[in-house]
Amino acid sequence: MIDALLSALVALTSPDRMAYMALGVLIGYAIGVLPALGGLAGLSLVLPFIYGLDQTSALAMLVGLVAVAATADTFSSILMGIPGSSASQATILDGFPMARRGEAARALSASFLASMIGGLVGAAILTGAVLVARPLILALGTAELFMLALLGLSMVGVLSGSSFAKGLVACGLGLALGTIGAAPATAEARLDFGTLYLSDGLHLPVLVLAIFALPEIVDLARGGGTISRTAELGRGWMAGVRDIMRHWWLLLRCSSLGSVLGAIPGLGGSVTDWIVYGHAIQTEKNGQFGKGDVRGVIAVESSNNAREGGALVPTLFFGIPASGSMAVFLGGLTLIGIEAGPALIGERLDLTYAIIWSLAIANVMGTALCFATSPLIARLTTVRFGLIAPFMVVVVCFGAFNTNGDLADLLLLLAVGLLGMFMRRFGWPRPPFVVGFVLAEPMETYLYQAVQFYGSGFASRPGVLIIGALILGCIALGLRQRKLADKDEESTKQGASARPQALFALVPVVIFAALALDAARHSFLGAVFPFTIAALMLPVALYIPARLAFAKNTGALRHDAEEGETRGFWTYLGWFAALILGSVLVGFLLASILFFLAFLRVSARCSWQLTITLAVVANAALVGVAQFMTLDFPPGLLQSVVELPWPFR
Amino acid sequence: MSILNRPAGRRTLLGAAGAAILAPRGASAQNFAGRTIEWVIPFAVGGGSDVWARFHQPFLQAHLPGEPTVVIRNIAGGGGINGSNQFAARARPDGNMIFGTSGSTQFPFLLGDSRVRYDYNDWSPIMASPTGGAMYIRPELGVAGPQDIAKLRAATGLRFGSQGPTSLDMVPALAFELLGLDVQVVMGMQGRGQGRLAFERGETPIDYQTSSAFLSQVMPLVREGRAVPLCSWGVLDDAGEIVRDPSFPQLPSFPEFLEAATGQKPSGPAWEAWRTLFIAGFAAQKFVCVPKATPAPIQGAFRAAFDRTFAHPDYREKRGPVIGDYREVTGEPCARAYAAATQISPEVRAWCRDWLRRRFNYSIG
Repeated sequence: MIDALLSALVALTSPDRMAYMALGVLIGYAIGVLPALGGLAGLSLVLPFIYGLDQTSALAMLVGLVAVAATADTFSSILMGIPGSSASQATILDGFPMARRGEAARALSASFLASMIGGLVGAAILTGAVLVARPLILALGTAELFMLALLGLSMVGVLSGSSFAKGLVACGLGLALGTIGAAPATAEARLDFGTLYLSDGLHLPVLVLAIFALPEIVDLARGGGTISRTAELGRGWMAGVRDIMRHWWLLLRCSSLGSVLGAIPGLGGSVTDWIVYGHAIQTEKNGQFGKGDVRGVIAVESSNNAREGGALVPTLFFGIPASGSMAVFLGGLTLIGIEAGPALIGERLDLTYAIIWSLAIANVMGTALCFATSPLIARLTTVRFGLIAPFMVVVVCFGAFNTNGDLADLLLLLAVGLLGMFMRRFGWPRPPFVVGFVLAEPMETYLYQAVQFYGSGFASRPGVLIIGALILGCIALGLRQRKLADKDEESTKQGASARPQALFALVPVVIFAALALDAARHSFLGAVFPFTIAALMLPVALYIPARLAFAKNTGALRHDAEEGETRGFWTYLGWFAALILGSVLVGFLLASILFFLAFLRVSARCSWQLTITLAVVANAALVGVAQFMTLDFPPGLLQSVVELPWPFR
Repeated sequence: MSILNRPAGRRTLLGAAGAAILAPRGASAQNFAGRTIEWVIPFAVGGGSDVWARFHQPFLQAHLPGEPTVVIRNIAGGGGINGSNQFAARARPDGNMIFGTSGSTQFPFLLGDSRVRYDYNDWSPIMASPTGGAMYIRPELGVAGPQDIAKLRAATGLRFGSQGPTSLDMVPALAFELLGLDVQVVMGMQGRGQGRLAFERGETPIDYQTSSAFLSQVMPLVREGRAVPLCSWGVLDDAGEIVRDPSFPQLPSFPEFLEAATGQKPSGPAWEAWRTLFIAGFAAQKFVCVPKATPAPIQGAFRAAFDRTFAHPDYREKRGPVIGDYREVTGEPCARAYAAATQISPEVRAWCRDWLRRRFNYSIG
């Protein structure tokens, strides 16, 4: 095996192959840095060029792209609080607060190094996996996959922050929204209100952008000033390196965990991040997770690069893509003429090794590129936010509709963004919401299938028992942590009255009631999962507003980030809603141009010169990218009435 | 032709001019230079249809007169219905927008899904792309061929992982019905690959795969003695009969298997349903279409471009993983396949809808 590995390395390092890899790395970097695009967009950009290359070069390019996208998407997560892709959501929780504290440099360097080492660990595990992958993956049956999804759900405890009740209900909300669409067992349409759009279920990238990025943008816009409160980058580049050296054990653990979890087909990439993050919270002492603890950044960034290596295992050896970007990667492989399957462990092992080396080398290349360019990019945190805000908003919108060019995605963005803003204001933790959403379909599908396949023998399978014990262990650890931290302490921000919070707390109640009502219309198999969620969650969901409204001691439940002046909250929300509603009327591009002009002039008080320059630059770039990706902007009512020239269609 | 050999005189000139006016415009009259042609695919990037289109795209670009730019536009959603609706609404008969269909867009149309706002009768087919599939089971069942059908019918615990009641997995589900097998169809599979994984784990003793996946993933199992192939679906020959699949010459086609197992020629509403859905889902799975009103020269130019593609050595060399050994066709065979794949008698449609209700408690909207 060693000489096969070495000969693959030699074959790879010819100058033109490295050039193709560098090209893939560059494209991956560009896609990763541009927030809200993610590796999926890059893969679809590269596919036309792959045709005609020899297999090893094309592979080098594809893998280079995938490897670097997971490193570069950190820029927007840390610097702007916008998830670079749904893969890097968890980085925002600690990376962004660090940037706000003026430690952007430290966060970035720690994250790049963690990404690089994570990626190398992932490549190493992939090498080892070549020998044991098939038996291991086959040993994980449907019942075990259900238990793993349950393990992901058990992380909600540690991810809930100060109020477990709110975390639980947030998770329930995510689960409820995750059931929208076709029921796995019967294909019945649940909560789709008769629309084609909802019959597919809600799109995760839109949800992630709406729930994390929008509230942060509004909050930053209100604060005025710059992203970094100290208006500096900090000198932290070396501090980041020292952090990595200090926390090397955490780094290693999270990389391995991320890689192994990534190899499990059908679990989903986002869950891996949250499981690893939860693991870090459980095992590290004196954590300030969620407030800018560098360990949060290290844990997640190393895991999400290692995960790419792990995700290649089911993709290459079974032809089963473990995530959306792996599905496109698989498509790329087919176009190159490579068939995924046992052959890649057998007679085409040379290609597998080429992929592994490409992964390793591309990770290093990408990290170097990120380091080289980050001082420049990180300066964004020192620019007046009023200037950046419209860019960020438009980028978030672009990220929402760039898969389908569908106006409905923008409306969903607005609706969930609204939810996210209120959740942020009233201290409802958002990670459990995302975890619930991502796990709803796998949980329901695997439970139903496992019962069909194994019947009552389900619970006595050894894999189920082992993972069950793990879950209990995790829950125990989480409970102990909560006791130690004495979490029912009162929040420092109580708000003037409990009434707004109590009113918002009724929203989950309404949603669960709607869930139960809709479930009643379906057959047993289509209804049992949503109905169970609604039934379990309604008591907790009712408890929260009741306690807020009537109890003297509201404990950790009461939290209102707005103490008094709430006008800014609605103003900036109004700007954003105006953009979306404007899109409904005149199509996105026109709405975006008007938005830029209006916002920069009225809210950011820029001169006409600056306003027009920025508006032209931004929208020209938007048109350029859309053209490149063969994407149409969502049309509005105007487009259906009047025939406009491109690109305003 | 003889007109051109004689020395030109006034009569022959007039004759030549007359012939030129009356002769049908050939493909060479159509020129796409400087244009961008959008090929709409109603599925996401990286999926089967997308890869199929992207494979053909460079060839199409090179062989269309004037060498226009051909771009793939993905409009996903609704299982293929959304993109199809949009193409039907937006495409104009000027050759600037072409469409790639798939079994997943044919089925809702055939079964009368109310969300369908497109009609295959409004389109003209340019090229047809077939594929195939094969069924296989675990060796423990002790079944080697149609002669063991009694054993297979008596087997309990037969489970099959399906992607959904109205997905292409209707074809195997109907096959089980025709064979008289007692199979528990378990839904929720996200792709046939997951179904195959369930087979390997021992969770579903009976499965089918499309040809490329069968060859790359299941054949190793067969060689190791962990899977027994039963039959392939088959392909349509030029006369419209179902014959053995060239990818699996040693396997009987499904009609062959069925006849050997039951002792009778296949007939009846269930068989008609299977046949129609098999053609729409496999034998004529993907079409390239344009609006019917598109002028004949444009349609002819596209057909000629595909014909040149099929003859190109690069195409022949690289098509394996994408298309397999199947013959993509234009012209008369394509039109025949299109008619077979997009038409269904009202009786068969009603039978299918009723069967879905009985078997899976599923009502098509």
